Amino acid sequence: MGVGLVVLRDEPDTDCDVRLGYPFVPDLTPLCCDLRRTLRVIRTTGNDAGEDGDYDDVSSTTDIADQRAAGRARIAARTLRTDRWWLPPLLNLVGLGAWVIYATVRAFMQAWYFVPEYNYLTPFYSPCVSYGCVEQAAHFGRFVPDVPWLPFALVSLPFLLLFRLTCYYYRKAYYRAFWGSPPACAVAEPHGKYTGETRFPLILQNLHRYFFYIAAIISIINTYDAIRAFVKADGSFGLGLGNIILVANVVLLWAYTVSCHSCRSIVGGRLNHFSRHPLRYKAWTFVTRLNGKHMQLAWTTLASLAITDAYIMCVSAGWIPDLRIVG
Amino acid sequence: MTDQTDRTVEQHSYDVVVIGAGGAGLRAAIEARLQGKRVAIISKSLFGKAHTVMAEGGCAAAMGNANPNDNWQVHYRDTMRGGKFLNNWRMAELHAKEAPDRVWELETYGALFDRTKDGKISQRNFGGHTYPRLAHVGDRTGLELIRTLQQKIVSLQQDDHKVTGDYQANLRVFHECTITELFTTSSGPGAPEEDRRIAGCFGYFRNDGRFVRFDAPAIVMATGGVGKSYQVTSNSWEYTGDGHALALRAGATLINMEFLQFHPTGMVWPPSVKGILVTESVRGDGGVLRNSEGKRFMFDYIPDVFKEQYATSEEEGDRWYTDPDNNRRPPELLPRDEVARAINSEVKAGRGSPHGGVFLDIASRLKPEEILKRLPSMHHQFKELADVDITKEPMEVGPTCHYVMGGIEVDPDSGMSSVPGLFAAGECSGGMHGSNRLGGNSLSDLLVFGRRCGLGAAEYVDTLGAPPQVASGDVEAAIERALLPFSSATDGGENPFVVQLELQKTMHELVGIIRKADEMEMALKKLEDIAARTRTVSVEGHREFNPGWHLALDLRNMLLVSLCVGKAALERQESRGGHTRDDFPVMDSDWRHVLLVCRGLGEDDVELTRKEQVPMRPELFDLFELDELKKYYTGEELGGHRAGQGETA
Amino acid sequence: MSHWHHFRVWRGDADGGELVDYPVEVNEGEVVLDIIHRLQQTEAGDLAVRWNCKAGKCGSCSAEINGRPRLMCMTRMSTFADDEVVTVTPLRTFPVIRDLVTDVEYNYVKAREVPAFAPPAGVAPGEYRMQQVDVERSQEFRKCIECYLCQNTCHAVRDHEENKAAFSGPRYLMRIAELDMHPLDAADRRDLAQEEHGLGYCNITKCCTEVCPEHIKITDNAIIPLKERVVDRKYDPVVWLGNKLFRR
Repeated sequence: MGVGLVVLRDEPDTDCDVRLGYPFVPDLTPLCCDLRRTLRVIRTTGNDAGEDGDYDDVSSTTDIADQRAAGRARIAARTLRTDRWWLPPLLNLVGLGAWVIYATVRAFMQAWYFVPEYNYLTPFYSPCVSYGCVEQAAHFGRFVPDVPWLPFALVSLPFLLLFRLTCYYYRKAYYRAFWGSPPACAVAEPHGKYTGETRFPLILQNLHRYFFYIAAIISIINTYDAIRAFVKADGSFGLGLGNIILVANVVLLWAYTVSCHSCRSIVGGRLNHFSRHPLRYKAWTFVTRLNGKHMQLAWTTLASLAITDAYIMCVSAGWIPDLRIVG
Repeated sequence: MTDQTDRTVEQHSYDVVVIGAGGAGLRAAIEARLQGKRVAIISKSLFGKAHTVMAEGGCAAAMGNANPNDNWQVHYRDTMRGGKFLNNWRMAELHAKEAPDRVWELETYGALFDRTKDGKISQRNFGGHTYPRLAHVGDRTGLELIRTLQQKIVSLQQDDHKVTGDYQANLRVFHECTITELFTTSSGPGAPEEDRRIAGCFGYFRNDGRFVRFDAPAIVMATGGVGKSYQVTSNSWEYTGDGHALALRAGATLINMEFLQFHPTGMVWPPSVKGILVTESVRGDGGVLRNSEGKRFMFDYIPDVFKEQYATSEEEGDRWYTDPDNNRRPPELLPRDEVARAINSEVKAGRGSPHGGVFLDIASRLKPEEILKRLPSMHHQFKELADVDITKEPMEVGPTCHYVMGGIEVDPDSGMSSVPGLFAAGECSGGMHGSNRLGGNSLSDLLVFGRRCGLGAAEYVDTLGAPPQVASGDVEAAIERALLPFSSATDGGENPFVVQLELQKTMHELVGIIRKADEMEMALKKLEDIAARTRTVSVEGHREFNPGWHLALDLRNMLLVSLCVGKAALERQESRGGHTRDDFPVMDSDWRHVLLVCRGLGEDDVELTRKEQVPMRPELFDLFELDELKKYYTGEELGGHRAGQGETA
Repeated sequence: MSHWHHFRVWRGDADGGELVDYPVEVNEGEVVLDIIHRLQQTEAGDLAVRWNCKAGKCGSCSAEINGRPRLMCMTRMSTFADDEVVTVTPLRTFPVIRDLVTDVEYNYVKAREVPAFAPPAGVAPGEYRMQQVDVERSQEFRKCIECYLCQNTCHAVRDHEENKAAFSGPRYLMRIAELDMHPLDAADRRDLAQEEHGLGYCNITKCCTEVCPEHIKITDNAIIPLKERVVDRKYDPVVWLGNKLFRR
């Protein structure tokens, strides 16, 4: 097998010859290619697992040669689209990238996540379960070691991330924007081989519904946080701009969570006889309507999460006072 | 690349060959296969693209789901009335009796019709039908029908695959394949007529132009209509009357060719969609027709026989929509032929719309949201194709050639033509619809007679001894004819597109909705000229997907069919259903029992003979009241009616 | 009201071809197919194009117009600027026969591999009872006119010829969904969808939905629900664990 793979390594890596094609944007493809080369070396020296080719370019030839073999029309241009097809994925790339950077920074900051006076807890730190948490903010106990590399909301953040990572909408967005698979409709993708979600790791996208269950539980916790924020530290009722933001965020989170495709299937989509389950049919109809706005909700909740967190950070850090309405 | 002069012929052998893959063809193929025969389906287009997809309204079948009073007798009466009693009554009887079974059968193939509250197939009202009778799926019933039959074919292929390992072992679709010739056992000169039997057919594959021949003792024609011979039609390019012409050239006869249905409301603008249907429901829901002066002209066109049933003032007509019991219906809802003629007259008198139609106005009649609710597909059609918002502006409409009632003369029970082994079903067969077809009766016709043809073909093959042989000389002649347009190229023949335009113009202007003897005579003269030009049209290029070549070969079919229409129309000196004579404007009972039969005379001529219609079986005759029959029958024909016999008994 | 437009049409066959420039007259209200027909009738008599109904109902005249998969009969010339070059090419995913005509056999092969409707046992014709709400989902998928634009656009086969064997494409995954949601179909098609028809190849980037001229929500209403039904059957950890523990 070693021989076969040595030969393979000499073949041109088609992935590395092409770019995603965004104008003005440095391309990440070379980076990916380096990583893939490294992986391949590791596999060459590893066991027989690499024999069946997996997601590597074992059988890839150039696209043009492929087309010729298949008798397709030989059109050299990658796409003949004349519109700005690269704009939507570029916006997604920038939008998602910015959010991920912000969220990562905030998740590990371990500061300015709580406003004790008004019981405002940012969703990025909920539930706050690290020994590092302020006791008042830890509504569900503290049991995670307080080290800089573990977020305080260790029990929720990974699942929320996975929920969104496996979400049918985000999959579309990042497959297009980050992996160019495809960058836009009828625009050739810059990869020699494609197996979609048939293999590890992408086959794990099928676990979306379990992350949905967990996300629903986390939404309950967020709801609890939003309600508790109406009670000030002194035990009296209070209402400020922070409350309004927290409630709005929770409402949007619920809408996003409930509008999930998995939810749509669970509440009724899996049935073949709606007429025998009128209540579930109603529920399905409701979720279907929300589901039509899943993309909009996906983006709105990213924004609302960031706004909620940023507001609480600002108030917590003392950069701005909370705008109080009652109390 | 296939060389122009390549004379290689691919050869296949089947028990039954079905030409045409629309509803009738597919249903015939299914039946023949179920009877254990090896079957080939030949389709000019891709499998699944047949013209059947254009049918919108539904499939008429007296299932009685919407109104339990409905039964086959009522359906039979409606069909005969619609056809002005010129129908082949046996076909109408079989059709009315068997249509429900054919529709129910589709559900076992996987069809999903719209449902009633109790879960049955929903049925809708349509012109000429006494009760709600049309099984439908929104306004795409034809698509549902074709897809269902297509998927049943696939299912039969899957069954064969389980046994033989080959999907196409016993049922194969040859698509994008055009048949140019039928072979009979005695097509040679001097051969005895009575020995004439079907032996096979010949054609070419559209994609690469290679020739193909099918040896088969039974051939089912299901090629649809002839509308492409007209300038404005709701039919697609395929409707060049291939089945009609092939049958003629093989020695079979056509009947009723003078009866063409012109739908009164087709789109007239933009040019790309000229002829596409605007559904009758627009008028049913309150749409009115106006000329360029803004006048609702239909009030001027109510014929005497309908004076009692139609409103004479706009006020009364408008009241009908909400109170049909105490008011007469508006004249916009006269039968299709009357409305088509009226629009035609207005345009000829110079009161037409800018693009040569009249205005169909629903915008001023209903609220926008109401229009969107009731006519969503029409709104979509005009928005997408004409950039017209029908909630704000009137539509421009005009008559469009829609359906040919005439076709191959067949035995009603088996679907066999006068040539043994040649069967015909669907629009290319004649008789079922008489002089005028009711909406919704087409889809049911396809199913009922498609199945009967499949059955008839299978039985015929069973009774036949050794299969008839194709004469090699016939194959050579077929090759020669097919290649003729290429050899004409060197002689400087005409562009087939030009000749086609000329033919369409001639038929449209001279044998159109309203016919006059002198105009038709002129048309026949022109057709003679076109015949000579058709023989010498020439094409450039090669045989791979060459549209010019395809048209050059289709053209002679269009010509032959046009000759039949022209000659029969000139001969019939009355107005009935889809045949209107300016010089003989009334229906004449003496013509009711006369069928005009066309026979082919060589490549480009036809002869016309008269034939007596077989009288209706007494118990069917008795389904009608004497008073109604009196409008259509001559006195002596009425003697056999139960009313008359009651008096003498 | 006519003007001249610059058309570029791909002419050629499997051995090669090129974009050929044609100046052509365009009248008010015309669609791209009209222009192709005009070329046919004037300077390119042998220009191959497949078409039938010209009303967006048969799905024959699929092509790529300025790089976008469209029906030629439903693409109005008024959507282009007067000086815009209009480029028409054949569908890229299928072998080309000539000019704008491609060999779409792939689709017919895949269609044959989807097991047909399995009628319920013991229900005679005429006795089928189904409620409207139960047939509506499948009815949406039966609006499909089989133009194969979705099959052509899907990058899983468009950019990867080698996946054609394992992947049936959106049109036939939707057909499986249609049958799986049919209230009276007697078969379970979930394993088949995943194992035989390559449901996993779909990475739900939704181009099939984007190009569908019938506006069928292929991804949201057919493919994703089908994926979820497969999850019901194959990726439920509890079921999976049970299989591991008790079957082996």
